[in-house]
Amino acid sequence: MALSPSGSPAARLCRCLPSLISSVVARLGHSLPALFSVAAALAAWEAYVRLSGISVLVLPAPSRVAEQIVVNRELLWTHTWPTLQATLVGFAFSLSVAFLLSVLIDFVPRLRRALFPVFVISQTLPLVAIAPLVVLWFGFGLTPKILLVALVTFFPMLVALVDGYESTDPDVSALLGSMGASRASIFRRARLPSAMPYFFAGLRISITYAVVAAIFAEYVGARAGLGIVILNAKNSFRPDLMLAAVVISSALTLTLFAATALLQRLALNWRHAGSKP
Amino acid sequence: MTALDIAHVGLTLGGTTVLDDVSLHVADGEFVSILGPSGCGKSSLFRLLTGALSADTGTIRVNGAALSGTSRAFAFMPQRDALMPWRRIIDNVLLGLEVQGMGRAQARARVLPLFAAFGLEGFEHHYPAQLSGGMRQRAALMRTFVQDRPIQLLDEPFGALDALTRAGMQRWLEHRWREARWTTVLVTHDVREALALSDRIYVLSPRPARVIAEFMTPWPRPRLGGPLPPEASRLEAELLDTLLTQTGDRP
Repeated sequence: MALSPSGSPAARLCRCLPSLISSVVARLGHSLPALFSVAAALAAWEAYVRLSGISVLVLPAPSRVAEQIVVNRELLWTHTWPTLQATLVGFAFSLSVAFLLSVLIDFVPRLRRALFPVFVISQTLPLVAIAPLVVLWFGFGLTPKILLVALVTFFPMLVALVDGYESTDPDVSALLGSMGASRASIFRRARLPSAMPYFFAGLRISITYAVVAAIFAEYVGARAGLGIVILNAKNSFRPDLMLAAVVISSALTLTLFAATALLQRLALNWRHAGSKP
Repeated sequence: MTALDIAHVGLTLGGTTVLDDVSLHVADGEFVSILGPSGCGKSSLFRLLTGALSADTGTIRVNGAALSGTSRAFAFMPQRDALMPWRRIIDNVLLGLEVQGMGRAQARARVLPLFAAFGLEGFEHHYPAQLSGGMRQRAALMRTFVQDRPIQLLDEPFGALDALTRAGMQRWLEHRWREARWTTVLVTHDVREALALSDRIYVLSPRPARVIAEFMTPWPRPRLGGPLPPEASRLEAELLDTLLTQTGDRP
């Protein structure tokens, strides 16, 4: 069946390949200024440490931090896994609850007025105070970390989804209504897809919060994790090792951020389909 | 045979009377236009028909039976195309069939042969954002007509288009209608559009809307692409005059 002029998927991929390569090249060119400014900052830092002769116990040079990452790679890797686990499990938990609640709120608007104030208050609690309490209540295992990651990421995801449903074009809803679609059918065919761009915007922001929350929860009390590495390094006056763990946690966040961006690109394929012929 | 019979319908929304004793009818295979100033309640009339609102007084009968929530006699085309940006054109077009419960594959097979007639061949798998305004409007019209409902409701379908695209679309619709003879109700405030496409025209007053005039427009088709007959031009002037008097904008 020749449905479209674009032919088989393989042929389409072949035709896309040159444009894909040129877009990657273009993107590299795009990120050159950023790479340059990061490199310049690191060079200035390195130069300052070498010229001033400042103690490594106060400010280690970037080269020293890099060296520590290599030397302690096994330690860092062992502690990265629990952090990643807490982040992903906590985030998955928060996402599931946020999605279920968002659907409930969409069908029963009164729930929004009942629940939103509670959630807003939950966002005003300072993590510094809440984290030790949650650890006190739930111990040093995975549970308090999951709860803290969920506490930080739940509300932004819920708001993104609820606002996303509200962004549905009223004409599209009216059209579906005129076709005889039920409320559930309108939700599935119009409101849920309309919320997807909002959902992914919330996802990208929340995933960066999630890593920070997990590390903070570990810092307050845990058996393992990057937060523990940072805590131990601080207690033994090792800023170089602290910074090494920080670099790993940043890399972790960036990787998760990139993964959500890729997911968004795949899910919202229609947004990148190009403009008018 | 009367396909649609609206008798003495009144509608009040939030304390404002929107429709006041509106009566009109549409025969099978007839193209009827409803002309009226902006905001006069034309769209509310359509919302009554599609079941989004219900009338306070009067009766609406479709093919002799009273209108009920499950009548499903109408295919509705809103003012803007309301295409879903995340669905390919073919999946937008079959939306009505899908809502009726038809499977995606079966619905695709059903609509696919119709793309040529709507000038959308080759664009089945494009996204709406990749199409021009005129093509999007044709896709929205196609989504309306493939539902196979007895009566088509078009709510200012070309109002959002630029003048040139609109003229093209009007000619295209006239051509397609002469072949298909859909029973159609067109709401518009474009006098020339109503004259060119309709068998009959109702004129509504500003809110609360009442039917203040009814005109037959029996001239031979096609009417677009050449000058209108002299009596049509006279009627155009008269209709425009009536509408402007109603809105109080006449000098």
